[in-house]
Amino acid sequence: MTATLAPHREPGSPAPASSRRLADRVFRIREFGIVAVLVVFVAVTASIQSRFLSSTNIQFILVDATIFALLALGETIVVISRNVDLSVGSVLGLSAFLTARLASNTHGLPLPLVFLAGIGIGLLCGIVNGLMVTIGRVPSLVVTLATLYIIRGADVLIVGGGQVVPSSYYPSFLTISKATVAGIPDLAIVVAVVIAGGAYWLRTYRSGRELYAIGSNPDAARLAGIPMGRRVFTAFALSGAIAGVAGVLWASRYGTVDSTAGTSYELQVVAAVVVGGVAIFGGSGSVVGAAIGALLLQTINSALYVLGVSPNWDQAIAGFLLILAIVLDRLISLRLTASLRRRSARRGA
Amino acid sequence: MDSPGTPPAPAAPVNTTSPDSPNTPDSPNTPDSTATADAGTDAGAPVVLSLEHVSKSFGAVRAVIDGSIELRAGEAHALVGENGAGKSTMVKILAGVHQPDSGTLLVNGQPTELHGPAGAIGAGIAIIYQEPTLFPDLSVAENIFMGRQPLRRGRRIDGREMTTEADALFARLGVRIDPGRIARGLSIADQQVVEIAKALSLNARVIVMDEPTAALSAVEVARLFDVIAALRADGAAVLFISHRLEEVFEICQRVTVMRDGRHVLTSPLAGLTTGDLVRAMVGRDMPERVAGERGAPGAVQLTAQRLTREGVFTDVSFEVRAGEIVALAGLVGAGRSEVARAIFGIDRYDAGTVTAGGRQLRKGSPTAAMTAGIGFVPEDRRQQGLVMEMSIQQNVALASLATLRKAGIIRASAERSFAADWAVRLSVKYGRLTDPVSMLSGGNQQKVVLAKWLGRRPSILIVDEPTRGIDVGTKADVHNLLDRLAGEGIAVLMISSELPEVLRLADRILVMREGRLAAEFTQAEASEESIMAAATGQLEAQER
Repeated sequence: MTATLAPHREPGSPAPASSRRLADRVFRIREFGIVAVLVVFVAVTASIQSRFLSSTNIQFILVDATIFALLALGETIVVISRNVDLSVGSVLGLSAFLTARLASNTHGLPLPLVFLAGIGIGLLCGIVNGLMVTIGRVPSLVVTLATLYIIRGADVLIVGGGQVVPSSYYPSFLTISKATVAGIPDLAIVVAVVIAGGAYWLRTYRSGRELYAIGSNPDAARLAGIPMGRRVFTAFALSGAIAGVAGVLWASRYGTVDSTAGTSYELQVVAAVVVGGVAIFGGSGSVVGAAIGALLLQTINSALYVLGVSPNWDQAIAGFLLILAIVLDRLISLRLTASLRRRSARRGA
Repeated sequence: MDSPGTPPAPAAPVNTTSPDSPNTPDSPNTPDSTATADAGTDAGAPVVLSLEHVSKSFGAVRAVIDGSIELRAGEAHALVGENGAGKSTMVKILAGVHQPDSGTLLVNGQPTELHGPAGAIGAGIAIIYQEPTLFPDLSVAENIFMGRQPLRRGRRIDGREMTTEADALFARLGVRIDPGRIARGLSIADQQVVEIAKALSLNARVIVMDEPTAALSAVEVARLFDVIAALRADGAAVLFISHRLEEVFEICQRVTVMRDGRHVLTSPLAGLTTGDLVRAMVGRDMPERVAGERGAPGAVQLTAQRLTREGVFTDVSFEVRAGEIVALAGLVGAGRSEVARAIFGIDRYDAGTVTAGGRQLRKGSPTAAMTAGIGFVPEDRRQQGLVMEMSIQQNVALASLATLRKAGIIRASAERSFAADWAVRLSVKYGRLTDPVSMLSGGNQQKVVLAKWLGRRPSILIVDEPTRGIDVGTKADVHNLLDRLAGEGIAVLMISSELPEVLRLADRILVMREGRLAAEFTQAEASEESIMAAATGQLEAQER
C-alpha cells in the first residue's frame, strides 16, 4: 500500500512546523490575552489617575498580588488534576494566626522556623484533604468544602475573640513584606522564582506531566499506569503547604490577624486561576497564567479603589471578568478545534 | 522479565469443552492451508503468555467462567466470540485492570500476578483498546510516552528526544502525524494510530488489539495489517479481537473462540471456514439472509439540498424515499456522520436545506427534526445514544416522554409497559427492565437505542454504524429489523463502514469522499470493488 511506503518526513518539514507554530500562537494568545487586558487596564487607570502608578501603590499591588499568586500556584496544581481545593482561604487564616502568634510570643525565633511552622500547618491540612480525596474517594469539591468550614472553625476556636497586633512582633517579621530591590518587593521576586520553579516542574518532569494527564482523561491515566492516588495526593499536599506559606506572608503584610483572615479567598483564587486560562475541568493551563490572573484581579481591585469606585463594585466586576475570561477561553478553543479539523480534512485523514 | 524459552508443562493447545466444536487442529484433513497460515507459527514457538482456566465475576454476573488463551511468539492469534462472551473481560485481565478470581496467568511460563495497568506494562503486555484512551489536552508525543518519557540530566523530560522517537514510530507505521500537536481533534483513525504507536514504544512482547479495525477505513486496515506482520516478524505475539471474521482469516494464524464466558476452541485457522467459527461462536448455524424483497419505494421523505459545512462537507444533495434504505458509504472521516448530524440538527451547516416530510427543517434543532418524524441512532451509542446510568425502560421511554405523560407526570408503570412492548418486539435480551442499560451487551444496547426511536413511530430513521462492535448473532437481528422497518414504509438512511452490510441492506448506495458525494450506485450496480474505488479515488482502487 502506498501508505506504508510513504517517506518518513524530515523534521521541520512544512506541515508540522506550521501546526507547531499554530499551537505556539494559541498558547501565547492564552497568556498574552490576559497580559493585554492587564496592560490596557493599567494604562487606562493611570491616564485617569496618575497616582495609580506611584511606586508605593505598585508595591502594595505587587505584595497583595504575590500572596494571591502563590495561592493560585497551589490551586492550579490541584485544578490541573481535575480537582479543586476550596480550603486554601481557611488554611491561610489558620497558618496566619498561628505563625503570627509564634512570631509575637517567641522573639528571636529565626524567621525560617516561622516559615517552616507555616508550611507544616498547611501541609497537615493538605494531607487531610489529599487522603480523603484519594483514599476516601470523596469528590474534592465536597472534601474541601467541608475542610473549609472545619479549618475555619478550628481557627475561630483557637483565636476566640482575640487578635495578634503588629506591635507585638519582632520587627524583622514585618519587614518580610516591606523590603524592596529597585522598587520591586523582595517578596514578589521570591514568589516569581517559586512560580517559575512550579511552571518548570509541571512542564519538564514526569510527575508534573502526569498531573495534566490525570486531569485530561482520568480513565486513560489509570490505564497508562500512572499512580493517580499518589499524584493527586501530592497536589493537595502542595496546595496546603503553599497556603501555609501564604499565611505567613499574609500575617507579615497586614500585621493584624484575627479569625477572619483569608475569608472567601478560595473563590478569588479559583477566579484568578480560571481567568488565567487554566481549564476548570483539568488537563490544561499554566501556573504562569494563573499568577497573571491573580495579578490582574488584584490590579483591578486596586484600580477601582484609586479611581474612587465604591468597593461594593469589586465583587460584581470580578464576576463579570470571570465570565469574560471563560467566554474568551471558549472562543479560543473553538477556533483551535475548527482549525485542527480543517487541517486534517485537507490532509484527507 | 523472566527468561523466555522455558515453555510451561501444560503448553499443549487447550482444545476442550464444547461437544459441538468444529473440526479440531489435529484433524489431518486440512490440505488447503496455504491461504493464511503459510508463514504461520511453528508449534514449537515458545509460549509467551497464557491464561489458564481463569474466571471473573462481577457481583452476580459471571463474565468469564472458564477462559483460556495461549499466545506463542510470532503469531497473530484471534479471539472471537459474541458480545458478552467474555472477551473484554479477558482483555482487562491481561491489562491488569481486573484480577482473575481463579486460574493462572503465565508470562514466559512463570505464574504472574499483574498489579494494575503498570504491572501489565512492566510484564511487556500492551493493550490497544477499542475506544482510544488519549489525553486530549496533551501533545501526541506525550500521549505515546506518558509515564515513560525519555529523560535527560536531572530526570527532566527530554522533549526533543521524545519528538524524534515519536517521529520514528510514525515512520514505522507509515503515517504522518505531527508529534507536537495536541491530541484533541485527531480523527478516530489517527487516534488509533497513536494508540498503536504507544504499544510499539513499549517494545511489548504481547500486544492485545481489541477491535482495532472497527473505526478504520480499508486503507488504514491494510496499514494496520502490515504493522501486525512486522510485529510478528519481530517475534511479538498479537492477540487480535474482531467481529470481522474476514479480517481474522486474513491476518491470524490461530483462533480461540469463547462463548458465554467459556473457552470453546483453540485451533489453527487453516482449514476452518467462517461458518465453522460462527457455529462455534453462536452454537448454531447462522441463517444467511437473502436481500429483502421490498416493494417499490414510495414518496420522498427526506431531502438534503446542497448541504455544506465549511471544511467538513460540501454540496451534499440526496433524497430518501419511504420504504427505501439508502446507505452512505465511504472512508472514516469522509464526512458521512457529520452530514447525518447536520440533518438531525445536532451540528449546524453553512448552506443548503433539509426537507423532511415536505417541510423544511430549522437548522440546528434536533427538536424540529424529531417533530418532523426523524429518528437518529448515533454512531457512539454509549456516549450519545444512551444514558448509561439509567434503566433500560427509562432509556427506551426517553424519546417518547411527551406521549407517556399524564398531566405532566410520567408513571413508571406506563414507562414499563411501553418499554416491555418494544423490548419484546426487538428481542432485547435483558434481566429486568429496571436494570441499568450499562449491564447489557453492546448489541442489546443498540437494540435499546433503536427501540427508543421506534417508539416515536418515525417516518425517517437515520442509523450511524448500526452494527459497530456488535456480535454476529445480534447483527443479523439488527439487519432483519432495518429491512423490516423499510418494508413497513420507513425511509432509512444508513451510514456504514462495513461493505457487506451496505451491499446486503441498501437499495441505493451513496459514496462520500473528502466531504463530497463521489458516486451513487443502485444495489444491482454496486460491488465492494466499485464502492471502494469511489471512496478512495481511483488510485488506491487500482492497487488493490
